[in-house]
Parts: sequence; structure tokens; C-alpha cells
Amino acid sequence: MAEERKQRKPIPRVDEESKPFWEACARHELYVQKCRHCGKVFYYPRSFCPEDLTQDLEWVKCSGRGKVYTFTVTYQNQSPGFRENLPYVMAYVELEEGVRMLTNIVGCKPEEVRIDMPVEVAFEDVTPDLSIPVFKPVGK
Amino acid sequence: MGITGKAAVVGVYEHPLRWAPHKTQYQLMAESARGALEDAGLSIKDVDGLFTSGVGPMGIVALAEHLNLNPDYLDSTSIGGSSFVAHTAHAAAAIAAGYCTVALIVYGSTWSSDRFAIGTGGGAGSDPPDQFEACFGPTTVGDYALVAQRHMHEFGTTSEQLAEIAVTMRRHASLNPFAKFRDPITVEDVLASRIVSSPLHLLDCCMISDGGGAVVVTSAERARDLKKKPVYILGAAEACYHTSAGCRDLTDAAAKQSGPKALARAGVTHKDIDMAMIYDSFTITVLVTLESLGFCQKGEGGAFVQHGRIGLGGELPINTDGGGLSSNHPGMRGIFLVIEATKQLRGECGERQVKDCRLALCHGTGGTLGLRHSGATLVLGV
Repeated sequence: MAEERKQRKPIPRVDEESKPFWEACARHELYVQKCRHCGKVFYYPRSFCPEDLTQDLEWVKCSGRGKVYTFTVTYQNQSPGFRENLPYVMAYVELEEGVRMLTNIVGCKPEEVRIDMPVEVAFEDVTPDLSIPVFKPVGK
Repeated sequence: MGITGKAAVVGVYEHPLRWAPHKTQYQLMAESARGALEDAGLSIKDVDGLFTSGVGPMGIVALAEHLNLNPDYLDSTSIGGSSFVAHTAHAAAAIAAGYCTVALIVYGSTWSSDRFAIGTGGGAGSDPPDQFEACFGPTTVGDYALVAQRHMHEFGTTSEQLAEIAVTMRRHASLNPFAKFRDPITVEDVLASRIVSSPLHLLDCCMISDGGGAVVVTSAERARDLKKKPVYILGAAEACYHTSAGCRDLTDAAAKQSGPKALARAGVTHKDIDMAMIYDSFTITVLVTLESLGFCQKGEGGAFVQHGRIGLGGELPINTDGGGLSSNHPGMRGIFLVIEATKQLRGECGERQVKDCRLALCHGTGGTLGLRHSGATLVLGV
């Protein structure tokens, strides 16, 4: 049942630029990218550096830890996959690597979420080949 | 170079309907076009520049066909609700360059009667960022709520301060016979309304209505011979802010980039502005926009909107028609910013007229503040 619900949420459309990122997520590993030319660390993944457009990039494995930059508890969303799971927490998490990513906070009550709360990555398996990175309070 | 004073808004029309299940989108556009052209004393045959948004990828061509127009200049820039503010500036530039002489900017929408869940629906798009967002359940309200939560955390902004914006817009709407919601509300009413996406309450959110509107722009020279007092286009600028590869400061809006440029191009400062039309998709949109435009310091927006400052009779009256929070919001509201500012500058606003209104600023926000959005600033004057 839970599986069925998850699958009704939009499944990320993996493309050539993002494939390594999503393949790592499927292994429950989180990566961001770094430009070897200018040193810029960035998210979301792409095939070039968003600072200088060079393609000399490396994948950086994240510690998986970060803190909540901001969040919202959503009580109303008519879309399939979400309307059955209200309320839920959407957040930007600032990773230790310095970039912010949109995600969900899980593993605690929505009313317990606070800005600056330490969190760590967890993975929600949405299909056999695809997992999405969500975050839970550290130690939960 | 520049567009300052070269073109003027000479005709405006706001469709009075907020619920139009018996009309089509293109019918609302045609009725609005007719209204604005009559206001200007021009005919549809005078139009040689056409501007619209909120239609399909080639919808502007279908609109030209529907109106039986063969314009020399077409612009269907689609940057969200701010599009029509941008169109007004684009029209002035096209006229200054000699590409067209009479520009019709037109909008129509039946999203309310179509039951389009703009604020709390949403699906997955196919642009690159969408795969990193849609699976986490972003809604329009939620995306703005992310900004509100961060603003409260960094600056101590309160729900009461945000509510003050909704209360002020409702007070203005009570003076606008066409506004959808006209019964006064209090800060307590806003706080007692249900949370849609924390910290935003239902009454922090704009409505969804049907509606339409049109604006006619022509050269300053031609404007002088028309029916109504010309409202000159003095300065404009656009910008867009996004997630900046993971480094965006969420409490800044694109207005920070476009606002100062538009004012400088018009050769005026904040103190010169008599009234402003600030896109109010949500209360937080207004607060962050006022800060980003520079009407107050960053973080001081909460205090700025209190004690009547943004109400009629205050230092900077905003959204005198009641805004998207209380008058109308058919999915995209930019055109109504230009229409109300024009009416104020002409002195046609009756009970809600701003005294001695000479200079107005419009700022449209399109998209969502929390993910990516456009900003379009326009300075108008008489």
C-alpha cells in the first residue's frame, strides 16, 4: 500500500546530465559536483560548471549531513501521491558541502522540524531503480 | 537611448467579471481589448503590435486570428504573472524603435471556473530542475512558504505583520465595487484561517478568479491627441532569480535587481513614488518585494507594512484595487498592476484615489519566490 502511494508521486525524469546522480541515489549515496577549473561546488547536477561553463567536473561524495535552511509543513496539495500523505514537510537542507537542496524531512513529527536542525540523508526507494534523497533528524 | 517618456499608456480596461463560466478565455480577451481601445479612443484596426501570455506556445497567433489582426509585432514573453508588466515595457521599446505604433497587451483567464488548482496542485514539468523538485511535493503556496519561514527565522518577521498586508488589501477592496472580496477582515481573522502551508494561512494567499484585462500603449506624440490623459512609461527593468546552483539567499527577490534599475532609468527615487502596485500572490510576496525594491531595508519589511504605511492615506499606498488577495487573481495578475496604476495616475479611482498621484511603480513577480521567479518593474508617470 505504502509502496503504491509513493509510486504515484512524480518520478524524477532522469536525463543524460543527471544520470550519475540518480544512479548514486539508487545505491543510497549522495553526490554533488565540483568544478576542477574554478572550484565551484554546486547542486543540482548538470554537465557543465554553472560558474564558468567548463566541463571539467568531479563528483564529490557527501557526508550526508546538513541542517535545515528553511521548511514548510504542507496541509493542502491535491496532487496524487501527496494528498494521501498530508501533512508533509518540504525543506531546503544546507549540506555540509555548502549547497542547499530541496527535499523532504521525514522520521519526525512535522511540528518538531526547526530551522538549523541537524539532519542526515535517508533514501526513499520509489522504484527498483530509483531512490530519492530525503532527510531525517540526526540519530533518529 | 532608453524608453523614458517615448511611449504612454493610453487605454486600459479591467474586465469586471471574477467568475465567467459562460465565457471563453479568448472572449474575455476580446472584451477586454474592446474596452481598452474604447478607453483610448482607438479601434482594433489601429493595433499593429500584439502582446499576450497565458496562452499556448503559439497562442498569440491564434489570438491574432481570433481578433482578425495582422500585427507587425508580436511578443508572447511568458515569465509568469509578471509577463504583462514586462510586455508594457517591451511595447514602449518596440514603439520607440519604430517596430509598431499601437500596442495591445491583453490577458484573459477562466482558471477559476475551470477549477484549475494553481496554488495547491501541481505536477512534474520537463525542464532540467523539475526532476530535483517535483517528487518533494512543491506547491505554489509551499514554495512561497519556504521564503516566509526563512524570513521569520532571520529577521523575526511575524504572522501578525504578514496579516497586516492582507487586512490592508481587503480595506482597499472594500472601496472597489468590482473586487471579489469586500468584507473587512482583521489580523485575528487571518491568523484564525487554516494553515495551507506553514507559516502561510488561507488569508495570506491570493484567490483564484476568472478575469481579463487590456492595456493600449502608443507613442508619446500620438498619445497627446487621444481621449485620456497620457500615462508615460518612464523606466523599466526585468530580472530572474532561481536556486543559483544551490547558493541562493531565499530572502532576496528578483526585484532587488530590477527595482533600482527601473527607478534609475526613470530618473526618480523611492521618495518620489506616490503609490505602488506590488504583485501580491501572497502576503510574503509583498513584504519581500518591498524590501528588495529598496522601499525599506532588508529585514525591516515586517515593521514597514504596519501602522497604515501601505494603506490609502499612508506613506506608500499599495494595491489600491485590493490586489490579488482581495480583488482578483485569474492565475496571472501583472496586467491589473498596470491598469490600476494608470487609473490612479489619471485620477479616476473615486473613493480609493491616491491624492496628487503623479508617479507610480508596478512590480510583477512571476513563478515562485522559493524556487525560481521573474521580476518586472515599471515606473509610470503623468
